[in-house]
Amino acid sequence: MKVPHILIVDDEPNIVMSLEFLMRKNGYQVGIARNGTEALAAIAQTCYDLVLLDVMMPDVDGYQVCRELRELPGNENTRVIFLSAKSREADVQKGYEVGADLYISKPFSTRQLVEKVRELLAHPVSR
Amino acid sequence: MSKLLVIAFSFGYLALLFGVAYAAERRSAARKSLVSNPYVYALSMAVYCTAWTYYGSVGRAASYGLEFVSIYLGPTLMAPLWWLVLRKIIRVCRQQRLTSIADFISARYGKSAALGALVTVVCVLGIVPYIALQIKAIAASFVTMTGSPAGGDGPAAGTALYTTGALAVFTILFGVRSVEATERHEGIVLAVAVESLLKLVAFLALGIFVTFGLFNGFTDVFDQAAAVPALRRLFTLQGSGTSSAEWFTLLMLSMSAVLLLPRQFQVAVVENVDENHLRKAMWLFPLYLIIINLFVLPVAFGGMLKLGASGIDADTFVLALPLAVGQSGLALFTYLGGISAASSMIIVETIALSVMMSNHLLMPVLVRVPAARPALQTRWFAYLGRVALQSRRLAVVAVLLLAYAYYVGVGKELPLVNTGLVSFAAVAQFVPAVLGGLYWKGGTRRGATVGLLVGFGVWFFTLVLPTMVGPGKLPGSILTEGVAGVSWLRPFALFGLDGLDYLSHGLFWSWFFNFGLYVGVSLAVPPTALELRQADVFVDVFQRRSLAEEVAGWQGQTPFPDVRALLLGFLGKKRTNQALRTFASRFPDALLLPTEQAPGPDLTSADPRLLTYAEKLLAGSLGPASARLLLASVAGVEQISYDNVVGILRESQQLLEANRQLQKQSRQLQRLTDELRAAYDQLQALDQRKDEFLYTVTHELRTPLTSIRALAEILADNPDLEEAERQRFQLTITREAERLTRLISLVLDLEKFESGQAILERAPVAVADLLHEAVEAVEQLLRDKHIALDLAVPAALPDLPADRDRLMQVLVNLLSNAIKACRSDGSGRINLAVSYTAPVYGVPAEGAALVLTLVVADNGKGIPTVEQEHIFEKFFQARHQTTRKPEGTGLGLAITKKIVELHHGRLWVESQPNHGARFYVELPVEPVSELTTY
Repeated sequence: MKVPHILIVDDEPNIVMSLEFLMRKNGYQVGIARNGTEALAAIAQTCYDLVLLDVMMPDVDGYQVCRELRELPGNENTRVIFLSAKSREADVQKGYEVGADLYISKPFSTRQLVEKVRELLAHPVSR
Repeated sequence: MSKLLVIAFSFGYLALLFGVAYAAERRSAARKSLVSNPYVYALSMAVYCTAWTYYGSVGRAASYGLEFVSIYLGPTLMAPLWWLVLRKIIRVCRQQRLTSIADFISARYGKSAALGALVTVVCVLGIVPYIALQIKAIAASFVTMTGSPAGGDGPAAGTALYTTGALAVFTILFGVRSVEATERHEGIVLAVAVESLLKLVAFLALGIFVTFGLFNGFTDVFDQAAAVPALRRLFTLQGSGTSSAEWFTLLMLSMSAVLLLPRQFQVAVVENVDENHLRKAMWLFPLYLIIINLFVLPVAFGGMLKLGASGIDADTFVLALPLAVGQSGLALFTYLGGISAASSMIIVETIALSVMMSNHLLMPVLVRVPAARPALQTRWFAYLGRVALQSRRLAVVAVLLLAYAYYVGVGKELPLVNTGLVSFAAVAQFVPAVLGGLYWKGGTRRGATVGLLVGFGVWFFTLVLPTMVGPGKLPGSILTEGVAGVSWLRPFALFGLDGLDYLSHGLFWSWFFNFGLYVGVSLAVPPTALELRQADVFVDVFQRRSLAEEVAGWQGQTPFPDVRALLLGFLGKKRTNQALRTFASRFPDALLLPTEQAPGPDLTSADPRLLTYAEKLLAGSLGPASARLLLASVAGVEQISYDNVVGILRESQQLLEANRQLQKQSRQLQRLTDELRAAYDQLQALDQRKDEFLYTVTHELRTPLTSIRALAEILADNPDLEEAERQRFQLTITREAERLTRLISLVLDLEKFESGQAILERAPVAVADLLHEAVEAVEQLLRDKHIALDLAVPAALPDLPADRDRLMQVLVNLLSNAIKACRSDGSGRINLAVSYTAPVYGVPAEGAALVLTLVVADNGKGIPTVEQEHIFEKFFQARHQTTRKPEGTGLGLAITKKIVELHHGRLWVESQPNHGARFYVELPVEPVSELTTY
């Protein structure tokens, strides 16, 4: 079976560091984007199985990245998990509206996150 | 021209008037009024323009130029005030059922019978010569038309007599038909309006004929006139010999006359159908005056040019001009216009005078006579009612006879205009009592009586007496040496005042005494309760329905049948029943209306309100004074206690005051509510901002917490980590924890500043040292990003009274921001400068004369203009976008600004995108008050 490819998008280097460690530890192939622009470039180039997406970033925000991802052909099966410090109901709502599979607020439990990633990758897309 | 023809036309015209009046009455009876519109109203007002206007203006213009205009300028100037003054008079008269100027003055001053009689006498004496003047005009015009010899008892006097007789019949037929004087005379009004129209058209026709027929337009007339020296002087106001005092006098006189002349009062007030008709009449009437005067000068000049040599009286130019050139048809038309002008004046004036004479001279005497026996009361009242009507008819004849006698006896020698002006001056004596009565509650009966009496006396002495000298009725020595040789009693120079013209002199002294005594006596002698009540009713007629009016003066037990008998006698059965029904519907509790079948509670006594109502009804027939006297004959003396009226007046005043207070309070309440709402909105907004702030803070805290938690969990779940990696994670945790701490202390700082708990510890700070230290603090960061920093510190800076640590925080903050903004490719450059000057913005920072300005400038990416005013708000970055600048807590500039403000300084930024930013900190050097505030 092919190794799932995961894109980590966050402008906080320390968070990227921990996420990268977690994903690699679980045997996934990892791509990294440090801001929205990099993320857009990455999804245009590679078809990821799952994207861990921060909302607040210097240039292009996570909502926008998700929206564009959903419009890109070939990404129908890509799973998106928002990881955001924005925890208001409206923010979460917006995340799902632009096409997230899951919205997890920061700070998050690493164990839970890993579990959710595994779950999402295991089940076929029911969209 | 043939006498017969002229006579036939004269009487034919009068017959036409009868027809018009008859038709109007028929239409009125059928409730299809022809006169209930503003045009007829305005035209009927033009009864102001008499034969004096028609013939006299031309005569006047021929010798005094433009002076004639003053008589029409006054009413024109007055017209805009009608809405205030005339409308108020109309309203009062309608409410009080007043039908003449005598009624008005009498009612206002305690329903005084004496005052009413005095006003009537003044009117009769003042107006009869004026009516005589109209008769004279008719006679003179007849003479001109037929070419018969003037003067003597020839056909002229005969025509005058017959015409007068015809007018008397007309007036009695259409003007005095019912005992109720409040009833309008639609026939008369329409006839007068038609006459006004006719005289206008006739005069215009003549004017056009003279100007364009005999001459070649206005320019030609005036050019030709200008060529004659005697006429040229008439072109200027000075040249025509009318002094400014005389102009002023004429204006005042005509302003008074248009309001107070009995005939003007009759058409404008009594015959008014709707107050709103005034709106149109206010401009239509002046327009009429302007139009009818348009051709006066051309006709006068034309007459002087064509007929001046023949010695024809200028007063007759209007007829003589067309006759001279053989235009007899036009002359006849113009003649009828003159008859119109004269007859309409005679008719209306006579009606007004006859009602006044009957109501104020005869009835007050008659109503004092009690019925012979109580049983005969009703019959006695009915008899009085008939007397009232008959006496008015008699008065019509009497007035016209008097006028005719005056014409025959004295009037023939007087020029048209003078008599009119003397009449005006007589009527002008009512000005203080009427205007004071309308606007000054303090005016009293005694004041008005004394003022009027003396004013009238002076009028007679200064204006009438001299006219008797000419015909030889009095010795001329009176004029030159004074009465009985007393030099200050000369009619032309009373009390030695000479230098004024005849009219101005007379008006001055009569008004001087009239006004002075009216005010003086009113102030000196307190009014009675009734006067107080009436004053309130008159002056406040627009403001409210007077409570005082409800003060029932009639008390005691008056049997209802007596009151009914009284009304029956004067109004007749039909009118009485109608009036009682009206009353019953207005005050259902006051009257059990007896039906025909059941004669009703015969022995019950009448409600006091019914007595007041009956009095008003009778006032409409007999005038206020007679009505009051008459009611007293059945109800006993009217008892109005002074305290009662004063109490009521005070009460209504208090009511008004309370109302005002209430309105004021309601306004205050509204304002308070608005303020409360604003405060609530503000709180709401504040609350929202607080929420926002909290959300942003927690959000900012979450970021380091996320790293810490994730890394801590990784460390815990992965005991087999490589040593290097473990160390890296642990170090990161430490760093993030420090970041968290920093953020928390910043938030706490800001909170302290905002809540006003932060305390500055001020001490003199050596600015140069401070700057060097701040640069040292950021030296590592500068080196990391390869940024060059220039520091410019002038020598001998004064010490700054400041909190050193806080100021350091400001500098480090601004320097850090500058460093963040700069690129790290070696091109970055920062300038830190300090200067010691007057305030940059011109306005000293809070009163300090000298300020220290610190400037931190970078050459980084700059700040967009739209963001410049927001960057000092806390968490601006976090709040306003989902994208976030990579560095900073979002609180630095907010805190920096707070600190600067605590030092009474100012912080602002100047920047253009891509050209760097310059942050200015302006701090006062002089320690301002409250050294350690906050």
